[in-house]
Amino acid sequence: MATYTLTINGQAKEVTADADTPILWVLRDELQLVGTKYGCGIAQCGACTIHLDGNAARACSIPVSQIGEQKITTIEGLDKEAKHPLQEAWREHDVPQCGYCQAGQIMSAAALLKSNTAPTDEDIDTHMHGNLCRCGTYLRIKKAIKTASKNL
Amino acid sequence: MNKETSTSRRNFLKVSAAAGGGLMVGFNFIGCQSETAPAEVMKAYPAVWTNFDAYIKIGDTGLVTIMSQNPEIGQNIKTSMPMIVAEELDVAWKDVVVEQAPLNTEWYERQVAGGSQSIRQGWETLRTAGAKVRKLLIDTAAEQWEVDPSECSVADGIISHADGRSLGYGALAAAANQKELPEKVSLKDPKDFKIIGNSKRNVDMDGILTGKSLFGIDYTAPGMVYAAAVRPPSFGMTLTAYDDSAAKAVAGVSEVIKFGDKIGVLASNTWAAIKGAKVIKAEWSQKEEAEDSAYHTETLLAHLDKKTAEPRRVDGDVDKAFAEADEVVERTYQAPFLPHSCMEPMNFFANVTTEKAELVGPIQTPKWTQQRVADLLERPLEEVTIDMTRMGGGFGRRLYGDFALEAAELSSLAKKPVKLTFTREDDMLAGTYRPASAYKFKVGIKDNKVTAYHLIEACFNGSMFGSMPSNFPCGAIANYRVDSHNIESNITTGAWRAPYANFLAYAEQAFLDELAGILGKDAVEFRLALLEQARTTPVGEEHNYEVDKYAGVIKLAAEKAGWGTSKPGKHLGFCAYFSHNTYVAEVAEVELVDDAPVVKKIVCAVDCGLVINPLAALNQIEGGIIDGIGHAMYGDFTFEAGKTDATNYNKYRLIRMGEAPAVEVHFVESHNDPTGLGEPTLPPAGGAVANALHAASGKRLYKQPFVKYYEVLG
Ligand code: FES
Ligand code: FES
Repeated sequence: MATYTLTINGQAKEVTADADTPILWVLRDELQLVGTKYGCGIAQCGACTIHLDGNAARACSIPVSQIGEQKITTIEGLDKEAKHPLQEAWREHDVPQCGYCQAGQIMSAAALLKSNTAPTDEDIDTHMHGNLCRCGTYLRIKKAIKTASKNL
Repeated sequence: MNKETSTSRRNFLKVSAAAGGGLMVGFNFIGCQSETAPAEVMKAYPAVWTNFDAYIKIGDTGLVTIMSQNPEIGQNIKTSMPMIVAEELDVAWKDVVVEQAPLNTEWYERQVAGGSQSIRQGWETLRTAGAKVRKLLIDTAAEQWEVDPSECSVADGIISHADGRSLGYGALAAAANQKELPEKVSLKDPKDFKIIGNSKRNVDMDGILTGKSLFGIDYTAPGMVYAAAVRPPSFGMTLTAYDDSAAKAVAGVSEVIKFGDKIGVLASNTWAAIKGAKVIKAEWSQKEEAEDSAYHTETLLAHLDKKTAEPRRVDGDVDKAFAEADEVVERTYQAPFLPHSCMEPMNFFANVTTEKAELVGPIQTPKWTQQRVADLLERPLEEVTIDMTRMGGGFGRRLYGDFALEAAELSSLAKKPVKLTFTREDDMLAGTYRPASAYKFKVGIKDNKVTAYHLIEACFNGSMFGSMPSNFPCGAIANYRVDSHNIESNITTGAWRAPYANFLAYAEQAFLDELAGILGKDAVEFRLALLEQARTTPVGEEHNYEVDKYAGVIKLAAEKAGWGTSKPGKHLGFCAYFSHNTYVAEVAEVELVDDAPVVKKIVCAVDCGLVINPLAALNQIEGGIIDGIGHAMYGDFTFEAGKTDATNYNKYRLIRMGEAPAVEVHFVESHNDPTGLGEPTLPPAGGAVANALHAASGKRLYKQPFVKYYEVLG
C-alpha cells in the first residue's frame, strides 16, 4: 500500500492504495466517484473513459501509481453545472437507454471535441470506436456529438 | 367514448406509511422534462406529501410523485409507465417526480422486466390508478364547492368550476385522502391525451449525465465488503480442493469463503477482491461431459432429419404433399450460443442478518428472486426485501438471479453486508446464454405453389422452445408441420433479447426470400400473397397473427424503402416478423464499397398500437435493429472442452459505432392499446441484412455470425 496525491476534477485528493490498482477502482471504491464505469477491464469497451491532462484514457488499464502529476477529469467534473455542450446535446437527443456506457461515451466525445471542433462522421466513428454500447445508441451519440460541436 | 374500468382492489390499497417504505433507490428531485421545453419551471418541493395509492403521492404544493413499479433495464419504462399514470391523473408532466418503487407484491402486479410486456400489461392498471385519484380529487373539490362533480373540469392538476373557482391538487390532497378511492372510473378518450403520444425525456437523464450512483454496481452501504468469486472454469466441473494462501496475502483481502462449487473472496475494495480471486489455486474435476462447439453443431444437425412423437403443430399431411410435389426445397440455418453482454456486469448487494435479508441490485425478476433467496436461506419470505436499481442492460440475463443468490449466500456466511461484482470474464464464463439452435425448412412446390411446409427445430435446453408453431406462414399453407427437438446440455442457457424470435426470424425470412426467388416471385408480393391466403382460406386452427397488421407493416416498409423501384448501386433485402405482440418489417439497404457489401440503412415499419413516448420508442427501435445486426454479423461464441473461447471483448466482437447503419422508422398510426418495443425490432434485422447481402453478392447466408462464414464482410 502507498499513498498518492491525485488531482481529480480540480481538487487534490489523497488516497492509499496498492500500486497496481487501476485508477478506475480508486475512483469508484475509495472516492465514491462512481460515474466512471467498469465494463471489461482490458481497455476494450470505453465505459471507464476519463481524461488525463485532457486526453481520453481508459481508467481500467492505468495503475494509480502511473498517474503522477497528470490531472484527472471524470464525468462528475466535466462541467460544474452539468452543462457541457455534450451534456446539453445528450439531453436534447435523449441519447441514453440503459445509460451505463454513457459517461464513457461523453468523456470520449469531449476529448474528441477538444482536438477537433468540427468532426465529420468518419472522425466520430474512428474516435468513438473504442466505446461499446450494447443498447445500440450509436446513432444518437453521433447526432449529439454533432449538435455539441455546433455549440462549443 | 369513455371506458369504464375497475381492476383488482389489491392494487389500490390505501397506504398510510410513506409509499414505498424501505430503501428508496434512484430518487432524484428533478421534475420531468418534455422534449421541447427544457426550461419549464416545476412546482416547489412540498412540506407535506399525501399518499393515495401504490402509485401516487401528491405534495401540498401540487408536485406529484409517481412510483415506477417495474425494473428499468434501458427499455425506458421508468419514464413511459409514469407518463400513463400522469395522463389519467391529469397533471403537468413538469410537476411529476418519478421514484423507483420497491418490490411489493401487495401493491403491484407483475414487477418484471421481460417479454416486452411492461407497457402492454401495465396499460389498464396504470391508467386506472391515475384516473381513480383524479376522480377522488374532483369529487373532493365538488363537495367543498357544493356543486356536482360533472360541472368541474381539470387541466394540469387544477380543478376549475364554470363559476371561476379553482383549486390545485396540492390544496385538495389532504382532504381527498380522507375519502375512499372510487371503485369505478372512466378513462380518457385517447384523442384527449396530452402526455401520452408526446415525447418526454428519460427521467434519469441528469443522473446518467453526471455520473450519479444509479446502478447496482454503484451501490454501497456502511460496513460493506467487496466480493469477487471463483466459479468452475468449464461447464460440468466441480470443485475438489483449493489453496487460498496467495489470495489471503493480497492487501485488502479479508476472507475467503467456499460456497458450493464456488469460492468467494471478500476484500476492502473491488480490485483486491478480483486480484485475490485470480490467485486462488483451485482444483476441479470434470464430472459431466465437457461439451464443445463441434459436438453442438453435430448434435443439432443430427436431429434435423428426425420427426418427433409430439409435433408442435400439424395441418394436413406434409409427407403426402412432398410425395406429390414437383419440387422439394430444403435449407438449414444455424446459430451459436450467445452471451448477453450487458455493459454492467452482473452484481448484487446483500446484507443478511439474523433479522432480515436485505438485497439491492439490478434484477429483472425481483419477486421470483425474493422467493429463491428465501428458499436458499430458509427464511420466511417476509424477511427478504429486494430493492431494484437501474440496470446497465438486462437482455434476459438479469431474469436469472444467480448473482443475487450468490451475494445472499456470501453475506449470510460472512455475516456482513456484501457487494458481489462479476468481472467481464466471470460474466462471459458464467452466462445463461442464448442456446445454440438449428432449423431446417422443407417445402413442397406443386404448380409453382407452396403446398407443404415442414419446420424442424433443434435447440439446447429450449424450455420455451417451439412456442411459436402458429407463427406465419402457418395458416397460409395447406400442409404444415412443426417439430421441435429439445436437447439437454450442461451449458446454462436462458432467455436472450427476443427469445427464439431472435434467430428464427432470420432463418424463416431468409428462407422465404430464397423460396420467392425459386418461385420467380417478388419477395414482398410473395409474403403478401401468403398472408392473403391466410385471410381468405385459413388452414387449421387459429394462427397467432393478424393478417391486416402484418400486411400493414410489410406494405409500409416496402413503400418507404422504395421497394420495387430501381436504386442504382443499392441492394435491398426484405424481412418482416411478428413477435412480442408487435408487428415489424425492415428493409436493409446494402452498397458495395471497394467490392465489399456494407449495410448502409434500415427502413423500418412498426405497428405497436398507440405510441406512448415517441422519443423513447425510436430509441428502442434503433437500438433493437443495431443490436440485431451486430449479433447476426459478429456474435461468435464457441466452446472448447466445456469452456467458452471468448472471455472478453478482445475476442468477442460487438457492433461498434462505425458499423451501425442509418435507421429510418415509420409507425403505423394506431389507437389500439400499446404493445412493447424492447425486443420486436431485433429479430427481423438479421434477416433483412442476410437478404440484402444476397441481393448485393448473390450469396445466401445460412449461418450466423455472418462475418465468420463470409469473409468478404470482414
Ligand atoms: S472498463 Fe475500461 S475499457 Fe472497458
Ligand atoms: S445505453 Fe446501454 S450500453 Fe449504452
